[in-house]
Amino acid sequence: MNLLDPQGPVAAGNSTILVDSVFIMLVIVVPTIIAILGFAFWFRASNPKARYQPHFVYSGRVEMVVWSIPALTVILLGGVAWIGSHQLDPAAPVPGTGSPVRIQAVSLDWKWLFIYPDQRIATINTLTVPAGAELNFQLTSSSVMNTFFIPQLGSMIYTMNGMVTKLNLRADNEGKLQGLSAHFSGDGFPDMMFDVNVVSPLAFPDWVATTARTDAVLNADTYKKLMQQGIEKGRPVYRLDDPRLFDLIASQHIPPGPGPELASEAGRPHSGGHDAR
Amino acid sequence: MLGKLDWSAIPIDQPIPLVAGAVVLVAILGVLTWVVVKGHLPYLWGEWITSVDHKRIGVMYILLASVMLLRGGSDAIMMRIQQAVAYQSQGYLPPEHYNQIFSAHGTIMIFFVAMPFVIGLMNLVVPLQLGVRDVAFPTLNSVGFWLTATGALLVNVSLVVGEFARTGWLAFPPLSELAYSPGVGVDYYAWSLQISGVGTLVAGINLVTTVLKLRTRGMNYLRMPMFCWTTLASNLLIVAAFPILTATLAMLLLDRYLGFHFFTNEAGGNVMMFMNLIWAWGHPEVYILVLPAFGIFSEVVSTFSGKALFGYRSMVLATMAICVISFMVWLHHFFTMGAGPDVNAIFGIASMIIAIPTGVKIYNWLFTMYGGRIRFATPMLWSVGFMVTFIIGGLTGVLVAVPPADFMLHNSMFLVAHFHNVIIGGVLFGAFAGFEYWFPKAFGFRLDERWGKAAFWFTFLGFYVTFMPLYIAGMLGMTRRMQHYDVASWRPWMIVAAVGVAVLSIGVICQIVQLVVSIRNREALRDRTGDPWDGRSLEWATSSPPPVFNFAFNPDVRGEDAYWEMKARARQQSLEHEVPEYQDIEMPRNSPTGFVCAFFATIMGFALIWHIWWMVILGGIGAFATFVVFAWRDHDEYVIPAEQVAAIDRVNIEERRSLVSMAGAV
Repeated sequence: MNLLDPQGPVAAGNSTILVDSVFIMLVIVVPTIIAILGFAFWFRASNPKARYQPHFVYSGRVEMVVWSIPALTVILLGGVAWIGSHQLDPAAPVPGTGSPVRIQAVSLDWKWLFIYPDQRIATINTLTVPAGAELNFQLTSSSVMNTFFIPQLGSMIYTMNGMVTKLNLRADNEGKLQGLSAHFSGDGFPDMMFDVNVVSPLAFPDWVATTARTDAVLNADTYKKLMQQGIEKGRPVYRLDDPRLFDLIASQHIPPGPGPELASEAGRPHSGGHDAR
Repeated sequence: MLGKLDWSAIPIDQPIPLVAGAVVLVAILGVLTWVVVKGHLPYLWGEWITSVDHKRIGVMYILLASVMLLRGGSDAIMMRIQQAVAYQSQGYLPPEHYNQIFSAHGTIMIFFVAMPFVIGLMNLVVPLQLGVRDVAFPTLNSVGFWLTATGALLVNVSLVVGEFARTGWLAFPPLSELAYSPGVGVDYYAWSLQISGVGTLVAGINLVTTVLKLRTRGMNYLRMPMFCWTTLASNLLIVAAFPILTATLAMLLLDRYLGFHFFTNEAGGNVMMFMNLIWAWGHPEVYILVLPAFGIFSEVVSTFSGKALFGYRSMVLATMAICVISFMVWLHHFFTMGAGPDVNAIFGIASMIIAIPTGVKIYNWLFTMYGGRIRFATPMLWSVGFMVTFIIGGLTGVLVAVPPADFMLHNSMFLVAHFHNVIIGGVLFGAFAGFEYWFPKAFGFRLDERWGKAAFWFTFLGFYVTFMPLYIAGMLGMTRRMQHYDVASWRPWMIVAAVGVAVLSIGVICQIVQLVVSIRNREALRDRTGDPWDGRSLEWATSSPPPVFNFAFNPDVRGEDAYWEMKARARQQSLEHEVPEYQDIEMPRNSPTGFVCAFFATIMGFALIWHIWWMVILGGIGAFATFVVFAWRDHDEYVIPAEQVAAIDRVNIEERRSLVSMAGAV
């Protein structure tokens, strides 16, 4: 999951900016640290060679330099930030070979649901994608906030109930990667890690065909079971019944996840909101 | 009768909080018994609890911060051990407990350690530096302190009665809403911060008024010590930002208690509105903490270099620039919400702009040392350690202000390392520097230098061993708040970090030993001159500890570094003190208002958390009645007769003759 070992263009862009920015700053940070330690050592009270200059308390030239150095650095870095923000905007297209793959990700308590609306399949905690193709993610949450993040593919993004965020990525090399939730979401949060299988563009249709033959069906009823709080250790797959499922979730036509079971909780005087529709 | 409160609130099945709570309870009862048996209670009540003296209140703030530092530090140790052992296992802390610990750690360290520590130092020092007798509103000052203590108390009560929030220290909805956090944890969190937030706000109003309205003769704005400037900036931020926190938490509480929908998923609630509001407070908050630390370093570096602060006006400008810009950058805390590139870039660049005045400050301290005659007493060690450490934290801070880099680092262990880098390396080092520097002023004897230096080196090294591995873990994709994990490459760094926290703990132990050793050797460490460091500002012009009225005469200030100039003038013109004409001094009477008010606020807060409505009304009426009684008071001042003032001041002048200063020597 090393950020400096990117497996796609977005992560490569992010980590290049990360490394470049560090080097730009090191150019002034290292000499400054050396100067601090050097001045502190040389001007120690016990050093008879150091000249005591109690009246050196203002110098226009020094002031000019000390305001300029950080200002120039920030101008340079500001340029990097401006250009980088636009080039690496999560919603910006990431052209790839072959047709883009649409993936709709839903963070559940505490698992990831990946819906492939065009392939009419869905998976839990496993994301299988073809190498080289543009991946168009739409993301939302069934209940609390989470953050979708595959470190080696780059750019994390929030998932929020009732809202849809967009993210485009591409994986360049076949192999196994790992993703995770990067926003604390409750007791099962650490178990929201998911596998990312990057397969060859030829193997992807085969995987889709195999997956589509499964007996399990994802519809509003099975989704409501998935929404219950819990950890999923297995890697279940589903046929997708209604390709509009994601829209129903994002538009809150399917109400948000129920949260903890409150069988014995007497002190919950207000409905809190599940009566909203 | 007791709302939601019943026996199930006591976590009988969880030994760790129960034992910890029991130990604390025994310790408190032990201290109380000792106080009562030894007959110290009247002294404690009369001289401290009801005191409206800014110095005593400052000391009590710092005491509160120190005690809470131990609590927050214990949480930190537990977290680091958990992450070191919880590789492919559950570790020793179940999620519901671990999640409370990191939430409590953040809440405590920010609100009940960093805040009271800096507010305590400002309280103690600023009126002395301004050459005045007290803050603008002495009784309000006491109220502010005791309300902060109430908040701290409620957080600690949650350890054994009920639970604390399991949502992280900012309690983001919808996780913190009733649907997903039905327990009392979030209520403990919110009511503690509401009550202590009122305390912080009144402290802010008080200090702003003090700096703006109560300065001694000749102390115009551009002659104020840098610590007064940073106090002004920091407290302006408190006055502007804390109402946002109060309003945001009030909305969350309305959601939780009365079924409102400010931040819920349903019925038009908006989670991101909470994010925006909480960070509109939260980002200024970090400058509220670090600006006073900058002020402390300015005083310390200048004093121990034997030079006036380099580029004073530039420093003032930089301080006020930080004060203003800090309100314009909050969105950098959630670049990853998917706002457009323009929004992200603008807030990214605005965040970087804060680095300019901050960088200028570093260079000005650097040039203050240049040409100085630097004495490496403990406060100076903390300051040099700060400068080096803070630059690294600044670098990583600017790095996460670059949106594309933040898309990789947001919420990661890298971020955790960054903000500990600036809060420990900046605020805590500053607080310790101030503690060592002003301790002799507050108590009249110095702290033991050997233990002080040991504390510095262990803390300094411990910091690097703890947090550098977290930077690396972040670069390896590790996110924060993981109760357990299965990624092998993270493991070694978590183990190193656990070793680091052990080294840090040794630093804290050295600090405690230093305090004990110094109190025992106080006669040997006694400072009779009131000016142990060859100081430059007015707090050193009075005796240590200062008399209750601070100064027999309001000092007459004729330039920057007021006391240094007095010393220089005295030396050059060998002027002896003319025999001054002493006058009666009126000082505010002590008042139990603050303590009584906080007592009722505690009852009210506890009752609100547990829905015990009759007790809420009782507490509310009690707190209000206390104010009314105070407002109807007849005599709020007493007179210290001139003869007594004269006697106290003559002793101080006598002792000061022995003083050897570099002032005026060159």
